[in-house]
Amino acid sequence: MPKIKINNLEVRADEGTTILQAAKEHNFKIPTLCYYPDLDIKSDCRVCVVESVGQEKLVTACSTPIYEGMEIKINSPRAQNARKAIIEMILANHDANCTACVRNTNCELQNLSDHLGIVHNRFETIYEKKPNDTSSPSLIRNHSRCIKCGRCIDACKTIQDISVLEFSGRSHEVEVGPAYHKDLADVFCTYCGQCSTVCPVGAIMEKSDVEKVWQAIDDSSKHVVVQVAPAIRVSLGEELGMQLGSIVTGKVVAALKMLGFTKVFDTNFTADLTIIEEGHELIHRLKNGGKTPLITSCCPGWVRYAEHKFPDLLENLSSCKSPQQMFGALAKTYYAQRESIDPKDIYVVSIMPCTAKKYEAIRPEMSVNGEDPDVDAVLTTRELAKMIKQIGVDFDNLREQKFDKPDEVTSGAAAIFGATGGVMEAALRTVKEVVEEKPLEKLDFDTVRGYEGIREAEVEIKGETLKVAVAHTLANAKKLAQDIRDGKSPYAFIEVMACPGGCVGGGGQPYGTTREKQRDRIHSIYQVDRLMKIRKSHDNAAVSNLYSSYLGDPSGELAHKLLHTKYTKRS
Amino acid sequence: MELEKVLERFPKEQTYLIEILLDYQKSKPTQHLTENELKEVANYLDVPESHVFSVVSFYSFFSMEPRGKYIIQYCRDVPCHISDLINVKETLETLLDIKTGETTEDQLFTLEYSSCLGQCDGAPAIRINDKIYRNLTKNKLQMVLAEYRGDHHA
Ligand code: SF4
Ligand code: SF4
Ligand code: FES
Repeated sequence: MPKIKINNLEVRADEGTTILQAAKEHNFKIPTLCYYPDLDIKSDCRVCVVESVGQEKLVTACSTPIYEGMEIKINSPRAQNARKAIIEMILANHDANCTACVRNTNCELQNLSDHLGIVHNRFETIYEKKPNDTSSPSLIRNHSRCIKCGRCIDACKTIQDISVLEFSGRSHEVEVGPAYHKDLADVFCTYCGQCSTVCPVGAIMEKSDVEKVWQAIDDSSKHVVVQVAPAIRVSLGEELGMQLGSIVTGKVVAALKMLGFTKVFDTNFTADLTIIEEGHELIHRLKNGGKTPLITSCCPGWVRYAEHKFPDLLENLSSCKSPQQMFGALAKTYYAQRESIDPKDIYVVSIMPCTAKKYEAIRPEMSVNGEDPDVDAVLTTRELAKMIKQIGVDFDNLREQKFDKPDEVTSGAAAIFGATGGVMEAALRTVKEVVEEKPLEKLDFDTVRGYEGIREAEVEIKGETLKVAVAHTLANAKKLAQDIRDGKSPYAFIEVMACPGGCVGGGGQPYGTTREKQRDRIHSIYQVDRLMKIRKSHDNAAVSNLYSSYLGDPSGELAHKLLHTKYTKRS
Repeated sequence: MELEKVLERFPKEQTYLIEILLDYQKSKPTQHLTENELKEVANYLDVPESHVFSVVSFYSFFSMEPRGKYIIQYCRDVPCHISDLINVKETLETLLDIKTGETTEDQLFTLEYSSCLGQCDGAPAIRINDKIYRNLTKNKLQMVLAEYRGDHHA
């Protein structure tokens, strides 16, 4: 292990690590900007420059490896000055109207400026105010705030293998965006939002529904109900200052009540319903020689991707709506009828870890009356955190509350929808037990858990082997889809989530989400599952009751009308 | 020449991107590339279209607007810019009656700016297609333009 010196402190660091990593090991935080833990090292911005004694030029800590005897000065006046000058130059070309920005108090540029002690800028302001791109239903691009760090480009390229974002132009006319300076809605963007979670400033963010929701809550003629997705309960706490991976299910319910929602429901209920419908679909396809592999369809980023890039595989997609949309459809039919409320007066809000869910909600087929959307507004984890801050709730100290009755019963199988592999495991628990007609010996399907980009497993069901696979990120999904297209796919059932780690790593999750944080959240999600009384979707009595009192048979006529959907070839 | 014919001459490797685009652009009387052509090149090389656009927008020798027969590029780096002989940009814009980035009605000249032409000792300088003109005065510019106009009529 090489010995090095950091700011006169002698330390040891692993061979081959960068200055940045070695410094971090020893609790020195070197400022960075273009660097992002999960993405390629670009070493473009030069914010991380430090002095390496004996070397004439300053070196970039994010990309320079250490060597035996290296002496690093992080804070020599020369290094500090260089860093300051870079940040000042960036600020001169940035719409730094901080108080009117979503990232105010949560912005990497603002933090850097503060930490480097920048109190005035030696450079003249040169940025030009450009109009925002508001074309997408999910995201807004603010060109005047973009500091051209390239992180979003990398996320779109390396995580998703989509590459709709790129640099264009040169020198001071460099821009970041789609080809030909087009808007996001005019190119093939999946609205996954991965670009927004890595942006250091307020240059890509969700299209906010916060105002809309406040208005609905204030409108006394509206009956405003809200549903909470499985991944929210393990990520919202962290956005509100709690520990990473904190499980805050009951606090979310309490906070939503304080915000003024009339009823607070759990999307996990319709996640259980999804498993019943999708499980039936799988069994049916296997028995009757239907199209396989069956591929999950709860992720709207993936659905949009498939419609554009694999239109020939749309029959493989499960016809089940996502839990969000099953909830919306039931809220405006079953629930309206049960509570004797005119469906027109019901306003459905969902809390999602996802930006693509905003797009899913406005898909024309997601409307039971053919006019109004079943889900009226979608808030990301980040937007909900903002609303909670707006009313000044002391979130950490809230007394836990339960979801509203009678549909508060949910299973552990539904809870794990938020993690990659979760939908697969939930489906296997039900399909195996239902087909074999005897209780499962083991509930946990460990082989489909984990973080590998593509995982495969073989499951014995009634003497037959079922081959299944799980993929997260669209780059990985593409590989499995290509195999199906080439007739080489050995699987019967595939789960796809567009975001890394599954919904826990969704594009609407807290800014700065990394693999490490996704893992913490996944860990908490399995914890939620373990603590549930019911762990299999088909054991959920509230779901069975819904079938017997309203829907009829799983996959039956009404179930089909309300809970299933169609896809459109888009290329 | 058709784009397909140009593509056929190159292996499907990303390293040939610039060469393909240059070869093809040169073969067109309008000396410019269109969105559809970029898309075709992207498909051929299996690279994202955003990447092809990124390259085209980076180099000043590519254009996505139709251009005239003669492309006049002036430099706006410091030596040319502060040269006390003349203001090249304004003089050219007046003489040609177009703005930078535009093409004359007779499709003869396109006016563009470029990064340094490497002629700082002869500032101000311009390039017309592959030829450099240095130490320009208003008179000299008028003569040069007349030459090209005459050439065209001949
Ligand atoms: S939303 Fe996803 S697909 Fe669209 S630009 Fe961002 S990362 Fe790329
Ligand atoms: S939009 Fe954000 S992530 Fe993308 S280049 Fe600009 S500042 Fe960086
Ligand atoms: S963070 Fe090292 S160069 Fe940008």
